[in-house]
Amino acid sequence: MRGAAHSPILKTGHLLGTQLLSVEEIVGLLDLAEDYVTLNRTAEKKTSVLKGCTLINLFFEASTRTQSSFELAGKRLGADVMNMSVKSSSVSKGETLLDTATTLNAMRPDILVVRHQDSGAAELLSRKLDCSVVNAGDGAHEHPTQALLDALTIRRHRGSFEGLVVAICGDIAHSRVARSNIHLLSKMGARVRLIAPRTLLPADAERFGVEIFTDMRKGLEGVDIVMMLRLQLERMTGAFVPSTREYFRFFGLDREKLALAKPGALVMHPGPMNRGVEIDSVVADDIDVSLIHEQVEMGVAIRMAVLDALARGLPRGGRNTP
Amino acid sequence: MTRTAFLNARLIDPASGLDELGALLVEDGKIADFGSRLFADGKPDCPTVDCKGHVLAPGLIDMRVFTGEPGSEHRETLGSASEAAAAGGVTTMVVMPNTDPVIDAPSLVDFITRRAAATARVRVLPMAALTRGLAGETMTEIGLLMEAGAVAFGDGDRTIANARVMRRALSYASNFDALVVGHAEDPALTEGTAMTEGEFAMRLGVSAAPAIAETIIVERDIRLVELTGARYHLGQISCKSALEAVIAAKARGLPITCAVSAHHLALNELDVASYLTFRKVKPPLRSEADRAAMVAGVAEGAIDVIVSSHDPQAADTKRQTFAHAAFGAVGLETLLPVVLGLYHDGRASLANALKTVTAAPAAILGLDAGRLAKGAPADLALIDPDAPYILEPSSLHSRALNTPFEDRRFMGYALATFVGGECVYDRAKEAR
Repeated sequence: MRGAAHSPILKTGHLLGTQLLSVEEIVGLLDLAEDYVTLNRTAEKKTSVLKGCTLINLFFEASTRTQSSFELAGKRLGADVMNMSVKSSSVSKGETLLDTATTLNAMRPDILVVRHQDSGAAELLSRKLDCSVVNAGDGAHEHPTQALLDALTIRRHRGSFEGLVVAICGDIAHSRVARSNIHLLSKMGARVRLIAPRTLLPADAERFGVEIFTDMRKGLEGVDIVMMLRLQLERMTGAFVPSTREYFRFFGLDREKLALAKPGALVMHPGPMNRGVEIDSVVADDIDVSLIHEQVEMGVAIRMAVLDALARGLPRGGRNTP
Repeated sequence: MTRTAFLNARLIDPASGLDELGALLVEDGKIADFGSRLFADGKPDCPTVDCKGHVLAPGLIDMRVFTGEPGSEHRETLGSASEAAAAGGVTTMVVMPNTDPVIDAPSLVDFITRRAAATARVRVLPMAALTRGLAGETMTEIGLLMEAGAVAFGDGDRTIANARVMRRALSYASNFDALVVGHAEDPALTEGTAMTEGEFAMRLGVSAAPAIAETIIVERDIRLVELTGARYHLGQISCKSALEAVIAAKARGLPITCAVSAHHLALNELDVASYLTFRKVKPPLRSEADRAAMVAGVAEGAIDVIVSSHDPQAADTKRQTFAHAAFGAVGLETLLPVVLGLYHDGRASLANALKTVTAAPAAILGLDAGRLAKGAPADLALIDPDAPYILEPSSLHSRALNTPFEDRRFMGYALATFVGGECVYDRAKEAR
């Protein structure tokens, strides 16, 4: 491990979003994650950085990949990991989110990873709980570990972010992934473009300091990285766009549209993909341009880095730090 | 005959613009006489109240108060709301029909009146629903409800979505010269949203509706008023474009008045900060440009009335994520300091600021309260307009403590409140 391992990487005891992260914190996490990429590619993947720590994955919204990624990250670091999937029905039984949180708090976890369908849920919990809180996605607000793993993936291919042109395409309005990526990439010096039909762009999207395109062909010109977003099923059939075939025609990424981007442009997707809706399988499965599987690998490494960084700040922290 | 003399008072009557030092005599619950010459040449031979130069004004009339009685007494009863009212200098409150059951039948209006007489410290005037069950489909018995004591008709914080229903209700109400109170939020645009659309809601990732969802209904209702001739009051407006529509309608001579809530005068969308659910109100807090337009509207007289929009909510419905938390904030005890804020900020004279919560609502409701006049009810507020303090929620009298003004610096409060000449609140006796 690096020599700087004893200095705190995250200044607050939580990871709630990328909006409030400094460039130093982002770089610190990416550097630490590189070490875990290396570790994860060896046979002996397990360390004892989080030995004795209790990690609770509290998921109010179904998620396979994010939850398993956090679970694996916690286990590889030696933490005791507990997964809790809470159906939203318990809220209708009269239990509030904070009641659930207070119950968990009494179990004395060290780190709580939370995903919730409402924006601000992670922040609410961080104010009321004694442990570190990691936001694994809150409503349409933020999904910081996704943006960090995207950044790690990009940095490994392009070296730096300065001057890179990144296009985020699709359902920006409802996407926490888009918000976290916009904040992070802008901070790191990349130029961000948003490409979407007006119904899927938030009002005042321009105020993010990004370029807006409603014509995907124009938007992709000169782009280094194309980041596709998932279009939720309930938004495809008339509510926000008329049909999947119309959406794919104008906003789906296929070879023809990708050819308008900079030669050698790379394609990303946070998953799970709707093949034939926002992305053509030919593009998604092209190992020369698609980084989609690498993103998943980087996800485990970045979550290990985040958990490690938070563990160093714990009251009893620092123990077993290499 | 019972008499009480108020001496050394700064008498302010917003209706006439009177602002002078003097005395006021109450006889049998009514104002018998007042002025600078009263008792100038000798002490009265009855009990006296030394006002020590503080402001003696008509008690406040709050046209928009939600309680939980009947149906959700854990939130607020008529009695607990009246204690909050008295502490806030409010002597008359119009209670909204959004209860369980809904106040949409004469017997229920009668229930409110009787419960208030038995338990409330201040005057309580029931508003009745305009449509049965607040369902927005069939109109209520406006004539019978008026006979039972309903002072106005409206569906509270619900908009009647169907323009035909609204047209017929307005048309029928005009038979009785009944006051219809509208709520303006296009349900189709606002359903499921919690904030005003714009950069801030976008950054927080909270679903939002554009402020024009209000203006669309305001403009619709103005046209329907023009068609039907009904007396119409907008229970609260909150955005610049809605105000512009009201100003244009007034210029055309239509019988339209409007109110703004203290929350929308004193707070804007940025006060939601990190998802503070106590600042989730209906309609949602607006942009700073809209808030400034509301202040200007009051200062220029285009907005007639300021209301508390008092809406008590229990802790469990506020201890939620922003999207799921209940709308509403208590306001009876912060209405007066927000109104006084207009005076402190130089936006209105003291008399004109107080007019929005006394003479103006009295005129719309057709009450003889709300002014200093011989024969008027002795509903009075003794006010120290300059006292500085920091609002502590624990000091509130309301059963629910969901104030959006926690730790806010205010100037001015009620020292004492009188209803029909009887003291219903005395700050000095509350020293804690």
